[in-house]
Amino acid sequence: MSVIPSLLAIVAGFLLGFLILLVVNPNQALDGIGIILKGGLNKGLAGMGQVLYFATPIIMTGLAVGFAFKTGLFNIGASGQFTMGAFAAIYVGVTMKGLHPSIHWLVAVLAAMLAGAVWGFLPGLLKAYRNVNEVITSIMMNYIGMSAVNIMIRATVYNKLKNESLPVAAAANIPKWGLNQLFPYSSMNGGILIAILCVFIIYIVLEKTTFGYELKACGFNKDAGLYAGINAKRNMVYSMMISGALAGIGGGLLYLSGSGKYMKVIDIIATEGFDGISVSLLGMSHPIAILFAGIFIAYIKVGGFNLQLLNYDQEIINIITAAIIYFSAFALLFRSRIQAFLTRREQTKTDEEPEVGESQ
Amino acid sequence: MDHIIEMLHITKTFPGIVANDDITLQLRKGEIHALLGENGAGKSTLMSVLFGLYQPEQGKILISGNEVKIRNPNDANRYGIGMVHQHFKLVHNFTVLENIVLGVESTRNGFLEMKEARDKVMELSGRYHLKIDPDALISEITVGMQQRVEILKMLYRENQILIFDEPTAVLTPQEIIELMKIMRELVEEGKSVLFITHKLNEIKEVADRCTILRKGKKIATVSVGETSKEEMSRLMVGRTVNFNIEKPTLNVGNEVLRVDGLTVRDPRSGKNWVDHVSFSVRQGEILCVAGIDGNGQSQLVYALTGLLPLDEGKITFCQQDISHMPAKKRGALGMAHIPEDRHKHGLVLDYRLDENLILQSYDQEPFSSRGFLKFADIHRYAEHLIEQYDIRSALGGETPARSMSGGNQQKSILAREIDRNPELLIAVQPTRGLDVGAIEYIHRQLLAQRNAGKAVLLVSLELDEVMDVSDRIIVLYEGRVVADLQPDQVTIEELGLYMSGSKVGDGFEKK
Repeated sequence: MSVIPSLLAIVAGFLLGFLILLVVNPNQALDGIGIILKGGLNKGLAGMGQVLYFATPIIMTGLAVGFAFKTGLFNIGASGQFTMGAFAAIYVGVTMKGLHPSIHWLVAVLAAMLAGAVWGFLPGLLKAYRNVNEVITSIMMNYIGMSAVNIMIRATVYNKLKNESLPVAAAANIPKWGLNQLFPYSSMNGGILIAILCVFIIYIVLEKTTFGYELKACGFNKDAGLYAGINAKRNMVYSMMISGALAGIGGGLLYLSGSGKYMKVIDIIATEGFDGISVSLLGMSHPIAILFAGIFIAYIKVGGFNLQLLNYDQEIINIITAAIIYFSAFALLFRSRIQAFLTRREQTKTDEEPEVGESQ
Repeated sequence: MDHIIEMLHITKTFPGIVANDDITLQLRKGEIHALLGENGAGKSTLMSVLFGLYQPEQGKILISGNEVKIRNPNDANRYGIGMVHQHFKLVHNFTVLENIVLGVESTRNGFLEMKEARDKVMELSGRYHLKIDPDALISEITVGMQQRVEILKMLYRENQILIFDEPTAVLTPQEIIELMKIMRELVEEGKSVLFITHKLNEIKEVADRCTILRKGKKIATVSVGETSKEEMSRLMVGRTVNFNIEKPTLNVGNEVLRVDGLTVRDPRSGKNWVDHVSFSVRQGEILCVAGIDGNGQSQLVYALTGLLPLDEGKITFCQQDISHMPAKKRGALGMAHIPEDRHKHGLVLDYRLDENLILQSYDQEPFSSRGFLKFADIHRYAEHLIEQYDIRSALGGETPARSMSGGNQQKSILAREIDRNPELLIAVQPTRGLDVGAIEYIHRQLLAQRNAGKAVLLVSLELDEVMDVSDRIIVLYEGRVVADLQPDQVTIEELGLYMSGSKVGDGFEKK
């Protein structure tokens, strides 16, 4: 039953995407929406491998935003935490060549986690002990993170020719664990498995532990948390740290994927953080649902990528995929209305029935 | 007989319930007509229909014999219907005069023309003996005066039909007497009054006729002069209610809680919310803290339970200094707390009932071990409490707390707090908003605690409750204790004088 609003939201998103396609180029609109719908399935398993590769970082940022949200915080700083994590992973991957090859990648991922946690810690601290709105501080931390990483790349692991980070050591890349054979010709790697592991850990923490019980209690109702003697302030800091750590891991997984992706020195905030917000909205902050929402959004993005075959500008494609994603996510805000509508319809049905009986 | 308003066969349903089921209410011109019923009986829905906030599925409304459609409050106003809501609808940073004319301001060339308005307001104020200061800010005047402002708002709009929704809930006994006088003056001037309440004394005092609702249905319309209080309460509840609470005499035991010179300041204004308060509660005793809402009761309880830090003084609980102890440790020592606002503090509404029942003990055996919750044990415990305390819910322990009725929400908090077997139970307005049956139940539970030799601290605004349940009464006025009384040596009227600050007990000094 709770899946219905999500599905309706997605359908609404596709309708809007189709409308934009129609307005821009009516002749190819039907083909276009077909390509988007087919998404990653265009090229069989290779396409799906690509979908999972794109899904990995946004599952992590989605998980970050969703986890914070469940505990009553709006972490809009997933981008900055993601960027910090990415840099930490690359730094470890490039410089610490002395590490044993079997643990090099693990150390790099842990560094990413730590860096993300630090970037989440500061807004959490300010929110808990100085009551500074975490939305504002985490947005500012996005800019600080972006600029700081640009400086740090130039100072440490800089490839001057390409204005980007140096390639990491081979052992620092996430192992493929045979996934590249399962999904040939794709950038598929073990990152998705780590993301799935994180999803399950977060699910268990939130649903099965006393720590999760405390975090959610404070998130739903801070005053009741205080009443129950829960240390709400400390939990707030923990919550932002965990959220940041998740986003940080996401950054690490993307740049340790061995797909030939390097960190560019540019003044653009990582989009993965914002995609995380829509993933989390679409997944209604539930960890398992976030996993599927992340895959869905990656699927649409791959579909949009394939749309280049038709006569659509790259910008238009971006607008269309963004429209589908954001409309899907935001339509969920009307979830309660959709549900009210459904119950009302049921009610009128049951109301009408006895009347039919009377007239007979 | 002239009927100014007739609501005929009104039916209004909400998903799952019939709030008003074929209700007919006829208001005569120039009478005070009481509308009596428990919470959830459909009084507010019926008045909301009359005021245009809801559209009924069936039935019609006649005003002076003509059928009308009331689609919104503006329509209602046009037909001369005005309402004083239970929670006043006033703009706090506006003056009295500005509030009265708000929405019907007279203007000249787009500029406010207050002179005329002021004359009219002062004339009305004089005619109906509604004493106000037109230039005072709402935030600075008493609740009683705020209510007079609301009444003047209706008179300024020349409303003929005046609805009062539980108007006495926030007033002192003296203010209630004054309000009754005003209501009688209003009908003498030809207005008609609808008076919503569940207090029988007030109906006896002032109303001409009374319509009684129960569970969405109209039970009867009776003439107040010819019907006894007992009869009306029987009609309202559907069974005979025992108003007398049996209270065996007990010998009080050791001191459980001692408060010395407790002071809590408002950090913004620096004013003392709680001003050097001292008292003690002993085993086998219900100590009642009486007072008008907003005289420091909330802050006193927050300081006792550890939700608010204290600025001066000392709290001793079970021979330990707990002045700066965190809330959780106080709970572990044996302090239980039924909070004033069950939605704000008492429950996590988005949690299920069983999760709420362990809100104070989720981190203890048997509900968790090594940081993991043990759902089987939690569930078993919830079912046990649900049965023992007769908590009604649709899905047992899995019911979302939000979907439960107020009475059952309160019962689940009560169950959780009493089942911890506390040394001291602090109950703040535990019966607020509950119907007669639930009130009876809660009072019995409080007494059971006392009879078991535990200490109970009851904060209440209901004078009847204060008089019936307590063993000893302290009165708070502006954050200070102004009297320490025995319920059998004081009358309700006297208590009202203490509460309004016009009288101070022996050994207590006036501010």
